[in-house]
Amino acid sequence: MTVFIIRRLLQSVIVVAVMTVLVFAGVYAIGNPVEILISQDATEAERAAAIARLGLDKSLPQQYLAFLGNLLKGDLGTSFVFGEPALKLVLDRFPATMELAICAMIIAIFIGVPLGLYAGLRPDSWGGRTIMTGSIFGFSLPNFWQGLMLIMLFAVILQWLPAGGRGERGEFLGIESSFFSWDGLSHLILPAINLALFKTSLVIRLTRASVRETINLDYVKFARAKGLKPSRVIGLHVLKNIMIPLVTIIGLEFGSVIAFAVVTETVFAWPGMGKLIIDSIFQLDRPVIVAYLIVIVFLFITINLIVDILYAILDPRVRLSDQKA
Amino acid sequence: MWKSLSAATFAVGLVMGAAAQAEDITIAVASEVTAMDPHYHNTGNNNQIVGLIYDRMLHQDSNQQLQPGLAVEWGPIADDVWQFKLREGVKFHDGSDLTAEDIVFSYERVPNVPNSPSSFATYTAGIAEITVVDDYTMQIRTNGPYPLLPIDLSTIQIVSSENPDATTEDYNAGTASIGSGPYKFVSYTPGESIVLEANQDYWGGAPQFDTVTYRPISSDAARVAALLAGDVDVISGVPTSDISTLEGNPDIVLSQGVSNRVIYLHVDSRRVYSPFVTDNEGNEIFNPLQDVNVRKAISMAIDRDTIVEEVMEGIAIPAGQVLPEGFFGVSDNIEVLEYDPEGAKQLLAEAGYPDGFKLTIHGPNDRYINDEQIAQAIAQMLTRVGIETAVETMPRSVYFGRATGDENGSEFSLMLVGWGSGTGEASSPLRALLATRNDETGLGRTNRGRYSSAPFDATLQMALNTVDDDMRAALLARATEIAMREVGLIPTHFQVNTWGTRKGLSYTPRTDEYTRPTNVVIE
Repeated sequence: MTVFIIRRLLQSVIVVAVMTVLVFAGVYAIGNPVEILISQDATEAERAAAIARLGLDKSLPQQYLAFLGNLLKGDLGTSFVFGEPALKLVLDRFPATMELAICAMIIAIFIGVPLGLYAGLRPDSWGGRTIMTGSIFGFSLPNFWQGLMLIMLFAVILQWLPAGGRGERGEFLGIESSFFSWDGLSHLILPAINLALFKTSLVIRLTRASVRETINLDYVKFARAKGLKPSRVIGLHVLKNIMIPLVTIIGLEFGSVIAFAVVTETVFAWPGMGKLIIDSIFQLDRPVIVAYLIVIVFLFITINLIVDILYAILDPRVRLSDQKA
Repeated sequence: MWKSLSAATFAVGLVMGAAAQAEDITIAVASEVTAMDPHYHNTGNNNQIVGLIYDRMLHQDSNQQLQPGLAVEWGPIADDVWQFKLREGVKFHDGSDLTAEDIVFSYERVPNVPNSPSSFATYTAGIAEITVVDDYTMQIRTNGPYPLLPIDLSTIQIVSSENPDATTEDYNAGTASIGSGPYKFVSYTPGESIVLEANQDYWGGAPQFDTVTYRPISSDAARVAALLAGDVDVISGVPTSDISTLEGNPDIVLSQGVSNRVIYLHVDSRRVYSPFVTDNEGNEIFNPLQDVNVRKAISMAIDRDTIVEEVMEGIAIPAGQVLPEGFFGVSDNIEVLEYDPEGAKQLLAEAGYPDGFKLTIHGPNDRYINDEQIAQAIAQMLTRVGIETAVETMPRSVYFGRATGDENGSEFSLMLVGWGSGTGEASSPLRALLATRNDETGLGRTNRGRYSSAPFDATLQMALNTVDDDMRAALLARATEIAMREVGLIPTHFQVNTWGTRKGLSYTPRTDEYTRPTNVVIE
């Protein structure tokens, strides 16, 4: 188990190294951030001074080596735009994105699994068909448009919920979060639904397919023949066996929800990492882009690790010490 | 009896009190602030907010005309010495007095802010020496005649000298954010909000709002939705496509005003070969854009009225020079060039291009209002007179670096750009866009077409050394006339900005595009 985790971490270091080279070269190729940052009235001397201050006068390999040197000291560089440590900027916005992602995943699981189960058990019923048709909308309507429609309906026309931004944070057990205040929750609902719609459809379809497959297997038939109650057959025998594909997908999707909440965060002016990365890309703020991607890479690796460990718990046949893992 | 009477009086008093009480206001702006340090990053987006917390020697009003600020009187006492009489009794938000010492400290801090991506040093570079004559009199000696000194000083915020070692982080955290402006710093949450509260002791009188909250909402549609939903009271940058629907909405008030920003084409007019000019078969040719008549033909081929009416939905003003009328140094003798495709074809034929040539116009697609559509419209208009024009647009992060290019000049041949005059007068665009490029003096720093004209340079230089206002205005107008006659650049239109407010409020437009609670009118 320990060997397994260590090997995973080593792999992640390699991924991060490759990623930083790509991002460095990529952002360098796009252009010079000084053109965007500097005042239009600045003289040539000031422009040169700004370039030197940001370390952009050195060659690309030199800049990269300087970055690596600082990285070993735990310093990911200072934002060109904000003048603050890039990692701090990213981590400051991490809680907002996590709130959104957790809320969206809760919605996706608690709506997606029951609906998918129903559609799988009664595929030909009116309800089952409605659910499956509905899930097509969740897949195919563009995220951006969905968000605007949610705002139009619930914020502009009905005026039930705010149109965007993050509300007040409540405090509970020393943790400050939007979950613990009504104002915070009311701000969280719409963006979370927007982010969850696609994932909910995915969970519905996956659950339905797994249920359809499992329900006809011999052990389920046997359990039924034994005279077990339907609730026990479904709740224990079916549900437990469809958990493995579900956990894989939910784990991976959780990562992608955090990493790609960009659209939702932009539409709802949610002050998370996604909005930061979009702004940083527009301003070629390379230290922030690199810091963000490093955080995301580690996040994905951690989630995958947790998913692998969950496998072992769900399915005793999986052993993590296996060399192929 | 007594009791009920006093109760009634009390109730009346409560109602009156509520009515007389100032309101809170929430303002949504398109871009995020990068720092609360007023000397860290010179962008309009930061300046519009820090300018509420801090005060300046002189103010620029809604039309960018100079008004008294911390200085009540100012003027030159020699060609290179200016005297400023300071306002008495001005206090910082912490109660301490604002003195000449704080002003000197602020000007000295400006060039020394660490990590500053874009400093205000340009505006203090002309200062040779500051002399504090007495508590309320200052004299500033400049490096040579420097008529722009008062305007330049109107951009620099005065901070308290009691925090000599305050860093940008201290300003962001609020510990050093002590100014003397109409609003006090309350909180700054990056990406989320900036909260300010009224400074009841402001020398200009207590401001009309108790609390001001700024929120960045970058998506145009989301910003409009936030206004419609009542989440915010004021928004900037209403997209032109939404204006007609919002005009029909009784709950929304729109306010429009021309800005100091001209949208124009820079033309590669110096190089023998230009990267995106070929003959009709695609072979390299001598750069026809060197010929003033070809540049004039391009200008005549552009139907400015159609751009304004169709592309900008009527929300712009056709341009014939670099600043709209009413600004200092604008020429009254320049008419907007008339749309004349036949005349353009004839000029091209006379210049030796009866069959035209091929060209690519480059532009940004996320910087100016409808920038990509404008580039496409211009390309079609040029193609109509025989200059077959392709369009290539790109995000600003890529575009501006390539448009500026390196010492060999721009990477492009014809480019769509905009310029807002931060000083609110003509010398800003003339110096930056049209003067012959000179890295030492900083002239022509953004002259991407490398237009160069001796008579223009001489007239401009004379203007920059003339302290007398009337004479300088005449010289700037004269310089503009020379550059426009020689088609140093091709102006298309002046941007008009639209603000949206909820019913009961309106906005007095500012030419500098700032969105400030001090310009909000309660109706």
